[in-house]
Amino acid sequence: MTTFVGQRLKRKEDPRLITGRGSYVDDITPAGTLWCAFVRSPEAHAKIVSIDTSLAESRDEVIAVFTGEDMQALGILDALPMAWVPPDVEVRNAPHWPLARGEVNHVGDPVAVIIGEGRYAMQDAAEDVFVEYEPLDVVTDIEAALQEGSPLVHSDLGTNTVHEWSLGGGDIEAALAEADVVVERRVVNHRISGAPIEPRGVVAEPRGTGLTLTSATQVPHFVRLFLALLLGESEEKVRVIAPEVGGGFGAKLQVCGEEILLAAAARKLGRPLKWIETRSEHMMVTHHGRDQIAYVKMGAKRDGTLTGIHSRIFADLGAYLMLLTPSIPSLGAFVMSGCYRFGAVQTDITGVYTNKCPTDAIRGAGRPEATHMIEVCMDQLAHELGMDPLELRRKNFFTEFPAETALGIVYDSGDYHGSLDRLLEHFDRDAFEAERSQAAANGKLLGCGFSTYTEICGLAPSRVTGPQGFGLQTGLWESAMVRVHFTGAVTAYTGTSPHGQGQETTFAQVIADRLGVDPANVEIMHGDTGTGPHGLGTYGSRATAVGGEAIVRATNKVVEKAKKIVAHALEAAPEDIEVADGRFSVKGSPEKGMTLAEVAGAAFIPDADWPADMEPGLEETAFYDPENFVFPFGAHVAIVEVDPETGNVDVKRYVAVDDCGPAINPNLIDGQIHGGIAHSIGQALYERIHYDEAGQLVTGTFVDYCLPSAADLPSFQTDRTETPSPVNQLGVKGIGEAGTIAATAAVTNAVIDALRPTGITYLNMPLTPNRIWEAIQGAGTETGGPS
Amino acid sequence: MPRVSVSLEVNGTHYDREVEARLLLVHFLRDELGLTGTHVGCDTSNCGACTCHLDGEAVKSCTVLTVQADGGEVTTIEGMGSEADLHPLQEAFWEHHGLQCGYCTPGMIMASADLLARNPDPSEEDVREALAGNLCRCTGYHNIVKAVLAAAQAGVPS
Repeated sequence: MTTFVGQRLKRKEDPRLITGRGSYVDDITPAGTLWCAFVRSPEAHAKIVSIDTSLAESRDEVIAVFTGEDMQALGILDALPMAWVPPDVEVRNAPHWPLARGEVNHVGDPVAVIIGEGRYAMQDAAEDVFVEYEPLDVVTDIEAALQEGSPLVHSDLGTNTVHEWSLGGGDIEAALAEADVVVERRVVNHRISGAPIEPRGVVAEPRGTGLTLTSATQVPHFVRLFLALLLGESEEKVRVIAPEVGGGFGAKLQVCGEEILLAAAARKLGRPLKWIETRSEHMMVTHHGRDQIAYVKMGAKRDGTLTGIHSRIFADLGAYLMLLTPSIPSLGAFVMSGCYRFGAVQTDITGVYTNKCPTDAIRGAGRPEATHMIEVCMDQLAHELGMDPLELRRKNFFTEFPAETALGIVYDSGDYHGSLDRLLEHFDRDAFEAERSQAAANGKLLGCGFSTYTEICGLAPSRVTGPQGFGLQTGLWESAMVRVHFTGAVTAYTGTSPHGQGQETTFAQVIADRLGVDPANVEIMHGDTGTGPHGLGTYGSRATAVGGEAIVRATNKVVEKAKKIVAHALEAAPEDIEVADGRFSVKGSPEKGMTLAEVAGAAFIPDADWPADMEPGLEETAFYDPENFVFPFGAHVAIVEVDPETGNVDVKRYVAVDDCGPAINPNLIDGQIHGGIAHSIGQALYERIHYDEAGQLVTGTFVDYCLPSAADLPSFQTDRTETPSPVNQLGVKGIGEAGTIAATAAVTNAVIDALRPTGITYLNMPLTPNRIWEAIQGAGTETGGPS
Repeated sequence: MPRVSVSLEVNGTHYDREVEARLLLVHFLRDELGLTGTHVGCDTSNCGACTCHLDGEAVKSCTVLTVQADGGEVTTIEGMGSEADLHPLQEAFWEHHGLQCGYCTPGMIMASADLLARNPDPSEEDVREALAGNLCRCTGYHNIVKAVLAAAQAGVPS
């Protein structure tokens, strides 16, 4: 029997994309569309004294101008949503409207929208709006924002502290007290941009009594729900379509002011409206990620037995709380035990307002920060102990699964020694030491750095993440509907919303195996709230572990019904029917059987004897809420060369062994790992969202915000081990974020390893030539330590 | 805004149009001709999503004015091949999983075609250098580089 799961099938998505025939949001322009442009604040913090729109409105092309005073006139009933209400934790949430009302709080805060004819003309018109600002004091530094007397981002709150949140297990004080060695590091995880190559964009179309919104989003169903709630529309009248989406990386996991505003204005004007974000806008106003300062203490006995890890995190949340903003740092807290048996684990988080763009989920969302803290400090601790960093890791790995951490989190399955063993089959440490010596003779510093990680994904069991648990005001289950057509062709609907991950292919593989058909005849539909059941979208490495299992369950229901139909037609018992070689046949009598097309034919034209208790048709829906998260893991090594003359870092080689359970399509797993690693090499070496003290964004374009290019990166070596998860029938774990979660620590450890001969023992990212060169210059007097 | 007449060939078809003098070539292709395969990803000529060919050379069409293409010949991704008749580079990107979200892909293919026209037998480093002006956030470039090298190996017609 042909099995499609496990094969490196070419993607079904690709023919339209490689020929330029995909339809992204900017490719969609309904007849009569008006363009929108935003007037955005050049001030980081200011009172709006007046807004003069008269010159803009006098232009022939301009149809309408709206400001923050027009929310009621536009029928926008409430501020933008923030969906985290943790039990017993106060979260101070300042109202955040689609257009600023009275005060701007970061550079780029939208003040007015200009609507009219022509893409370029609306840009011109936006420049004709005159806003008088009265500047207020600005705070951009997380720690300064918590000082007594700091300027307040929202003065009516009386504080810049958003919330305090803790998660712990075991007695951390005792654990650190019993340690022989405790390393303490100030770990800075700087602010980055998701920076999908397609910026955001929205087309809003009023249609009769309803409204269709096409948006570059990862979460069309969330967007529909909040459009209905904020605009007072009945939910069935609102349709949200995520067309081809050009990458998300968390930046499109959001309910955006532009989406609400365009929908409201389109409804009011009775015309389709379109807004396409510029790159400068993206860097300025699309939520950023990371931006944490953590004080980490990690303790061990002299023999390397880990005792405890305490992380005191200050998280820069920016000027407003968006959909998930304050919850993001907490996602890392659940895996602060890493792969290791710590007796006690404690994470304390303070969320802080600053006059910067809000932060929220960016690829990994809290977990890259956690892994960075754990894995960098493991190397620091190994050095203090005089132990080999891999020996320290191996000594403390969990080896029995399911494994319960001190936090009470249960890791579903794992084989941490196995992935590290596999990594070392590809990376010969002795040969590397020889290379290192040779490079040193040529004046170059070579270093290698490891990261053995686990992460928490497959979001998520609703009973754990929901209102009474973690506090998210949503379920996080997933849905699927599998429809067999008259001819035996299949269309399936997933509630996930893929935007590059390739589920049109992998879900077709999963269904094809179970129904005995060719994946070429299985079409996966997604990203349209007007078709298929409600879904929760694509993020948190959940699409396959949660959405894929929903597909399996819906398909299994189809199989069960098909067996009944075959049993009826062939006068056999349903339990004697099996799917083999593309046919539903009677066990032991393969000549007696039916193809799926024949089964569908029977289901669509019931015969005279059709049982009264059997429905016609062949279509099933499943909703799946997992029992647990899934915990992918792996071992990565980065090999870098540092030029001590310039401080430049060159990643010479990168080897990754990852385990996300049995592969559905190995090509796509490799691709996710490649992209994730590149994203994190970017953060570790090149990328940083930087504001000056006045709150001006210094890195507002791709000229100064440096995404790594092909010339900056090596080819990667990837391999996998396959340890099935017991949580779902496919045995799969998520893989979309794993590379990003693992890689910053590997690269940072490698750079520090390379720099040790200079006396440097610790550095924070981004490891730019300037930072390294300065550290080398100062290394004689300041031997690393917290920086 | 002043308007000017332009006359140019795009994917083998001749067009005479009157356009705003400031109209960027990428918006002419997308908004005037409906050739939406050429994308816009930045404002600064860094990302290369808008790469197409003008008189046989790769250009970033977000920093070319339509009037600069007057009298010229433009090829876009739509002119490279169709789903029924793929260009060898398109075939190679598909075969080697050289794309995920697909947004940078047309520009990557156009820039790669330009490289292979100049250098039919590039090294990995040649490919990486040639694509340094085309950004991808999904693939880490690994499979893009693999695809271009495979297409070169197979021999792409210039």
